Formats: sequence, C-alpha cells, structure tokens
Amino acid sequence: MMDYLWLIPLLPLMGSALNGIFGRRFPKPLISLIACGSVGASFIIAVAAVTRLLALPPVDRHVVDTMFTWIASGDFVAKAEFLLDPLSAVMLLVVTGVGFLIHIYSIGYMHAEDGYYRFFAYLNLFMFSMLVLVLSANFLLMFVGWEGVGLCSYLLIGYYFHRRSAADAGKKAFIVNRIGDVGFMLGILLVFATFRSLDFTAVFSHISGDPSRFPVETGFGVLTTVAILLFVGATGKSAQIPLYVWLPDAMEGPTPVSALIHAATMVTAGVYMVVRCSAIFSRSPIALGVVAFIGVSTALMAATIGLVQTDIKRVLAYSTVSQLGYMFFAAGVGAFSAGVFHLMTHAFFKALLFLGAGSVIHAIGGEQDLMRMGGLRRFTPTTHATMLIAALAISGIIPFAGFFSKDEILWSAWVGGHPIVWIVGLATAGLTSFYMFRLIFLAFYGSERFPEQARHHLHESPPSMTTPLIVLGVLSIVGGFVGIPAWMHLGPNQFEKFLEPSLEFTRTIQTAEPAPGQELTFAGISVCVALLGIYLAYRLYVVNPAASDDLARRMHAPHSLLLHKYYVDEVYDAAVVKPVVAGSREFLWQGIDVEVIDGSVNGAARMVQNAGSLLKNVQNGLVRSYATWILAGAVLILLYITLR
Amino acid sequence: METSFFYLLEGIAFIAAIGVVASRRVFYAALSLIVCLCALAGLYLLLDSPFIAAVQIIVYAGAIMVLFLFIIMLLDPFTATAYPDKRKRLIFFGTTLGAAALFMIYSALRSYDPARAPHELLRPAGSIGTVANFAQSLFGDYVFPFEATSVLILVAIIGTVVLSKRQT
Amino acid sequence: MNEFHCLILSAALFAIGTVGVIVKKNIISIFLCIELMLNAVNLAFIVFSKDLNQVSGQIFVFFIMVVAAAEAAVGLAIAIVLHRNRKTLNVDDANLMKW
Repeated sequence: MMDYLWLIPLLPLMGSALNGIFGRRFPKPLISLIACGSVGASFIIAVAAVTRLLALPPVDRHVVDTMFTWIASGDFVAKAEFLLDPLSAVMLLVVTGVGFLIHIYSIGYMHAEDGYYRFFAYLNLFMFSMLVLVLSANFLLMFVGWEGVGLCSYLLIGYYFHRRSAADAGKKAFIVNRIGDVGFMLGILLVFATFRSLDFTAVFSHISGDPSRFPVETGFGVLTTVAILLFVGATGKSAQIPLYVWLPDAMEGPTPVSALIHAATMVTAGVYMVVRCSAIFSRSPIALGVVAFIGVSTALMAATIGLVQTDIKRVLAYSTVSQLGYMFFAAGVGAFSAGVFHLMTHAFFKALLFLGAGSVIHAIGGEQDLMRMGGLRRFTPTTHATMLIAALAISGIIPFAGFFSKDEILWSAWVGGHPIVWIVGLATAGLTSFYMFRLIFLAFYGSERFPEQARHHLHESPPSMTTPLIVLGVLSIVGGFVGIPAWMHLGPNQFEKFLEPSLEFTRTIQTAEPAPGQELTFAGISVCVALLGIYLAYRLYVVNPAASDDLARRMHAPHSLLLHKYYVDEVYDAAVVKPVVAGSREFLWQGIDVEVIDGSVNGAARMVQNAGSLLKNVQNGLVRSYATWILAGAVLILLYITLR
Repeated sequence: METSFFYLLEGIAFIAAIGVVASRRVFYAALSLIVCLCALAGLYLLLDSPFIAAVQIIVYAGAIMVLFLFIIMLLDPFTATAYPDKRKRLIFFGTTLGAAALFMIYSALRSYDPARAPHELLRPAGSIGTVANFAQSLFGDYVFPFEATSVLILVAIIGTVVLSKRQT
Repeated sequence: MNEFHCLILSAALFAIGTVGVIVKKNIISIFLCIELMLNAVNLAFIVFSKDLNQVSGQIFVFFIMVVAAAEAAVGLAIAIVLHRNRKTLNVDDANLMKW
C-alpha cells in the first residue's frame, strides 16, 4: 500500500478531469458516482495506508513515496515526494473522510443546480490540491498544493458567478490569500537559502542536529524570520488577523463548499504548516509569541463579532475564524499536538454545523437570516439533533469531542506560563458557547418567524443529506476519546503519543509542574464558563426574546460596532484598496502604460513620420537640385581622396 | 612660339566656356560652345593628336552642334530665359560646389608627375597620334568596344525615334 | 611637366560646365554644359595620352565622342517631348515627380 500513496491525490484529480471535460454530457447520477467514488476510493486507500503505518513501530512511522524528480538544477533537487507520518496521517484521514461525507451531502444539496458537473469537478480538484498539500514531503510541493487550494477556493466561492457579490467574494479570497502567499514564498526562499534544501526531513534534522548553528533564538535570527514569514502565509490561508477578511465573504459559495473548504480542510492548512514546521517555530520564542498573540486575539475578536450576526452562515464563519485562532495559539504556547487535536475535532463539528445550516436553509427554501427562522425543531428533527450535538461539542461540554481538545489547549496555555492567554481563551470559550446556542435557539426554538409560503415547503432533508450529518454527529461525540488527557488516569494521551514521531525534531517547551488536582479544577472552570454561556443564551433568546432586542438597543454603540465587524473591511478599503486602485489607474495605467510605453511606441512611429516628411523635400521634382546633390556627392568623394 | 599658341587657344576656350554659361540666349550659348570646341581642336593638334582634332571638328562641332542648332531653331531660340529663377539658393550652392570641385581637381593634379608612371606603360617617344597608329590600336586592341558602340548608336537612334514620335 | 596648364584648363572647363548644369534653367543650355564637361574630360585624356606616350587615351576620347553623340541625340529628343507636352523648356517646370 505504501507504494500507492500517489493514488490518493490522483484519483480525485482524475475524477475532476473526467467531470470537468465530459461532465456536461453526463447524467447526474454518473457525475455523482465519479466524484464521490474517487474520493471514497481515496479514503479507503488512505485508511489502508494508515493501518499499515500503525503496524510499524513508532520510530519507523515515516514512509516516503517518491514519484519523480521535478527539478534538478545544480545542487538543488526537488522531488515530487509524498510523506506519510503520523501528522500527515491525521490530516489525510480528516481530509478524505470529511471530504467524502461532504461529497455525499452535495449530491442532495446541489441536485437542482445547473452546473452540477462543474461543482463536482471543482470539488474534486480541491481534494487533489489539499491531498498534495498534506502529503507532500517538501516545501515546494506543499506550496503547489497551497496555491491549488487557493485556486479552488476562488472557483468554488464564485460558483454562482452571475451573482456580483459571489464573484467579488471569490476575487477577494484569492487576492487576500495571495498577499499572505508573498510571505510564504519569502519564507520558503529563506529556508532554501539557509539550508540549501526544501525537504522537510532534511531541513528539520539539520536544525535539531546542529544546536550551535541553530540555537534557541533570542533576537531576530534566521529561524525567527523564516517562522514569521511562513506564518504570514498562514494568516492568509487560515484567516487570522490581519488577513481574515475573506472568510466571511466566502459564505457566498454553496454551503458544502463552506463546510469543506472553509471549516474542515483548507483553512486548516495554515495550522498544519505551522505544526509541520514546529522544529523551526519551537526554537524561536519571538515567533511563538507572535503566533500566540495573533491566534488568541483573532479568537476573541471573531467571537465578539459572531455574537450579533444575523446570517446563519456568517455566524459559523466567524466561529471558524475564532476556532482557528484557538489552534494557532495552541501552537504558540508550544502545544502542537493539542492544536492538531483541536483541528481534527473542529473538522467534525464545524463541518456538521455547516452541513446542518445547509439543511436548514434547504428546508426553509433559501432563507439565511436567523431572525426569520424559529421553531424548526418540529420540522427538521434530525438536523436539529445533530446540530445540537455539534453545538455542545464546540462549546466544550464533556464528554463531547470539543471538550477534550479545547480543554487541553487552555491547560497548555496555563502551564506554559501564559495566564493572560488563558484568561482570554476562557472568555472566548464562554462567548463561543453563547453565540453558538444563540444560533441554535434562534433557528430551532422559539416563535416561528418565517413567512407563510415557506411552511408548505418545510421538510426534513433527504437521506443523502442527513446521513453525513448523523455520521459527523457520532464523530463529534466519540472523536475526543482518542485524546483523553493523562490526568484522567485512563492511560497516557493516545493522540499525543501518536503524533510524537512527527514532532521528533521539535524542541519541547518547558512547562510548569502542575499541582495535583489542578487540571481537574481548570477543566471544571472551562465547563462552567461554557454552561454559563448556554444559560445566558437561553435567557435571552428562548425565555424572553424581547430582552435581547432591549439589550441591543441600550448598548447601541457597541452593538453597531460588532454588527459592522469593527469596520475592518471599510478601513482596508480606504487604506489599501482605494490607494492601490487609484495608483494602478493613474500611475501604472495612465502614466506608464499609456504615456511611457504607448508613448514611446507611438513616438517612434511619429519620429519616423517626421523624418520622412523632412526627407521628402529632397524629392522636389527639380532636376537641377538633383544635379546639385550628385555634384555634392562627387565633391565629397574628391575630398576624401585628396585628404587621404 | 608654340607656347604662345597654346595660351592663345586656351584663352579662347576659356572665354568661350564662360560664354556658354553666361549667355542669356541659348542660341548664343550654342555658338559659344562651337567656338570652344574649335579651340579645343586646335589644342588637340598641338598635343600630337591630329586624328582626334579632325574628328572633333567633323563630328563634334560639325554634327553634334549642328543638331543642337537644329533643335534650338525648332524650339523657339530667341525667347530665352525670361523665366524667373525661383531658386536663388541653388545658384549659390552650385557655384560653391563648382569652385570646390575645381580646387580639389587642382590639388589632385599638383602631385602629377608622368615620370613616375609604371615603365611598361611607356612606349618609346615618337609620334603616337598618327592615324595609322590610332587605327592599329582601335581595330586591334579595342575592337570589341568599337563594335559595342555601333550597338549603342543603334539603340540611340531607336530611342530618339521612339521618343519623338507624335502620339496619334 | 609642360602641359600642366592644359590640365588646369580642363579642370576649369569641367567646373564651369558643372556650375552651368546647376544654374541654367533652359534644358538645352543644360545639355550644352554637359557637352562642355565631356570636352573638358577629352582634353585631359589627350594630355595624358601625350605625356605617357599611349594611344589608348585617344582611343578613349574617340569613344567618348561617340557616346556624346548618342547622348546628345537622345537628350534632344527628350527636350522635344518636354516642349511638346509642357510647352516650356524650363526644367523647373518638369516637376510632376514631386512628392
């Protein structure tokens, strides 16, 4: 099986090509079969590969499958190589598994769309790019996948391309991503300049094997610069401050796209990259500090914005940004495996939330405004049940998956000596449970605020849509059990142990020794805060809905600030977009292109024209002047001869 | 004695040449040219080329110039050059260039010394301009150009006839 | 060299003929000046022929005369055509090839 790693990305690529080129003529069942079949086959091969990986002893869990040598130039060699180790195994299973479920869901969700084949072609292409990204064994191939997912994100966000807002959102996503990619590329270049190689194993073993040359840096050394540049790319791809602005707009795309790309997989690429490069990050306290700071502030900021949004998908989008912040600040305090653990559990419940939201939108006939829903639990019981599970998971209520991962992150912040980060993280957890249950209560409970004609349409979604919901719901319940922490005295943290070989070159961050029973206390605190959030949401949205409107009116200024997302988009527009557009139009277009380039071309032509009209006066038809010219020439020749 | 003839004939030729250019009437210019040609024929005679002198008088002054006179008489000989000259600058340039040409030819000629000619070109001194000598050379070494000129004349005749035919 | 003054004369006649070609307006005057230039060259050839004791100089003069005759004939035919078509012998009026 290990020699067949390359099949995992290749099968979706072939599916994408088939559907993309011929799909227009295929009947819908065939398109679905090709698309879901290729991803399903990838998933099966992935499971088989990981099983084989588990059969190896932990120290050997590092399998490389080389496809071909891509670049061989001088002493720089870049191969198209796939690496299967515990870290990429986790990502692989998440991507193929959740991806497969979402493909199944899309069969039902998109069945009425015109560009059915186009959707699945893009979706499969995305799977290919994402799999290349997580399986690659060097920076260069990862970058190929990185760019590929960005492209597919653009294609899929702008899927409803005749809607101006969708096309704009796609452009925004791509351009903001690109800005982050500049940092990423610079980081890769610096890696190459320092290590003369782009292979992960080579670079990381080099770092850890040479502590004199690569010590833990106190200032802005090479490792810090590389780490920060790579992180800039991660802020773009994973929607952190300052490059998160594309993610809420990306909700213009179809809901399965939001679930797959903007919840479970693409946005986690940044986290994956940081953890993969943990050897670099762990040796640079400054970079870790930057990561933690941005992560936790993004988590808090996005959570506050999510408190007041009315579009169901927007709430989930900001929730994603906030949870990604959690993953990053986990990495920032040195708890890399905790970050990956949260990545995995988040994939389950966030995908579930998005798919459930899609189911709700589908049931209510296209309405996305929370204020026009309500009381849906009678009509869509499965959706309600699964979304409730997901909300409990994200809020961190024991024994759902989110509890274990979120709690581990908060605990690592505390023992790592970052109390402020812990407090902010705790507050954000409370906000998370509040806005999540606000969503649940507004959609499924309370008075029915939807228009009358929607009532006839209300129905539970078809099995193709509800089955993935159920599967993800189960995963959201049991998914946390692979990472039961050590203090519960049920054995060591299996997940952390599993990931150890991938982090062999990472320097372990010193943590304080906890007092006995302290972990239990802290876990209890987190659960209490979460329950408090749920209770507040209950009071404000179920018991006394008018109270929430009252509160909004009385705190009008903060409410408006949050509703307008802190006016960040407007600030960016004024500070960045408008000057760039003006500069391009006035300077680059009018100034350089029209005046200089066109001007020089036209000027050359005009010069020829002027020279011609000067020279034409020689041809004045006068024989005598012709004779004069001949004589002048003869005199010149004579001159030359006499003076020689 | 000989030299005075030389200078006399040269003077006549020079003045006649000035006359060609300076005459306002083209008829008088043609007559001046005839005088100049005759003076030149005299010079050829003094320069040991009797045959060429004779040919000059017979062909050049006698045939070509007569042809010129025919055409002049045909085409309005006495209205001359009342045409106003719009091209003053041309006159200036022309005169300058002519003077320059003269100067340069002179400076080129100053270094001329026949004694420095390659020896195989020199024939023993003697009269080389006799008709017999001339004929021997013409029909001996230069018979091809001789025949070619007959073609040339034929072409010129045809050209002249074609050009001057009236298009009816 | 004792015929230097003839060569000077030849140069002078050539220069005068050149000036005449440029300055004169009547086409036949121009032809006359061209004949003058040819004769100047003839004189030079004769002088060199005497100096170098060659007869080929005179042969060349002979051929020059032949060519001059042919050229005069054709040139005068052109003058006739010009007069016939444009009613003028002013060479400045033959400017239909102007730009």
